[in-house]
Amino acid sequence: MDQSRRNTLKASGGLSLFSLLVAAGMVKPGVAEAAWNKAAFDAKKMDAALAALGAGSPAESAEVQLTAPDIAENGAVVPVGVVSNLPNTEEVAILVEKNPNMLAARFMLPAGTEAAVQTRIKMGQTSDVYAVVKAGGKFYMAKKEIKVTLGGCGG
Amino acid sequence: MGNPMRIRAAEKDGVTEVKVLMNHEMETGQRKDSSGNLIPAHFISELTAKHGDKVVLQAEFGPSVSKNPFLSFKFKGGAKGDKVVVSWIDNKGDTRSDEATIG
Repeated sequence: MDQSRRNTLKASGGLSLFSLLVAAGMVKPGVAEAAWNKAAFDAKKMDAALAALGAGSPAESAEVQLTAPDIAENGAVVPVGVVSNLPNTEEVAILVEKNPNMLAARFMLPAGTEAAVQTRIKMGQTSDVYAVVKAGGKFYMAKKEIKVTLGGCGG
Repeated sequence: MGNPMRIRAAEKDGVTEVKVLMNHEMETGQRKDSSGNLIPAHFISELTAKHGDKVVLQAEFGPSVSKNPFLSFKFKGGAKGDKVVVSWIDNKGDTRSDEATIG
């Protein structure tokens, strides 16, 4: 596969859209990036975030495992792991229902990379946390409530 | 130029586990400073990990990833002595790239 050509195409495509938006005054230069899924990260409602990810309403699946503590003492650092046993898992997203912006992180997994990622997120308050997984073109999810005793988003 | 990352990569039975600890403020844009002014958001937005020329992980972060983000993932095909390179860019355009040798 000619990876460099693909990247060049992607970059130029992204750039032209970006410059159009700049010209239209919709985006300030230097703030937006071409590839980052701004719509999904800006979404303040679960439906909107899922729609921006192209997920619609994912089906709950036992093959998706969300590993996280039941109670997080410090909402600023909540360890979260997602494992998908679904074949051809290509994307993993972590969303927190009651955060100001639902989407915390999104991972694109090329073939050969296992569907097992771990990271740490902030939570403002006790909330359901969703792991949304794209496998074979379809979306699946798992959710878990994490109780937060000390919020991580306040000042 | 951002602060250096700590990267560990270990191969076992053909699977390489990579652990990355980034050094970044990850400011949410929701907090206020002592005089009540909003502190502008400053966070890593995109991350790419490569094994040789092959991309093994791409990630997009929002501001609700914790300060000094931690990330762990696993990929097949890595061998001891190979290099893993992790790069990120933040929402202010700052970038950082670090590498580790698979052990």
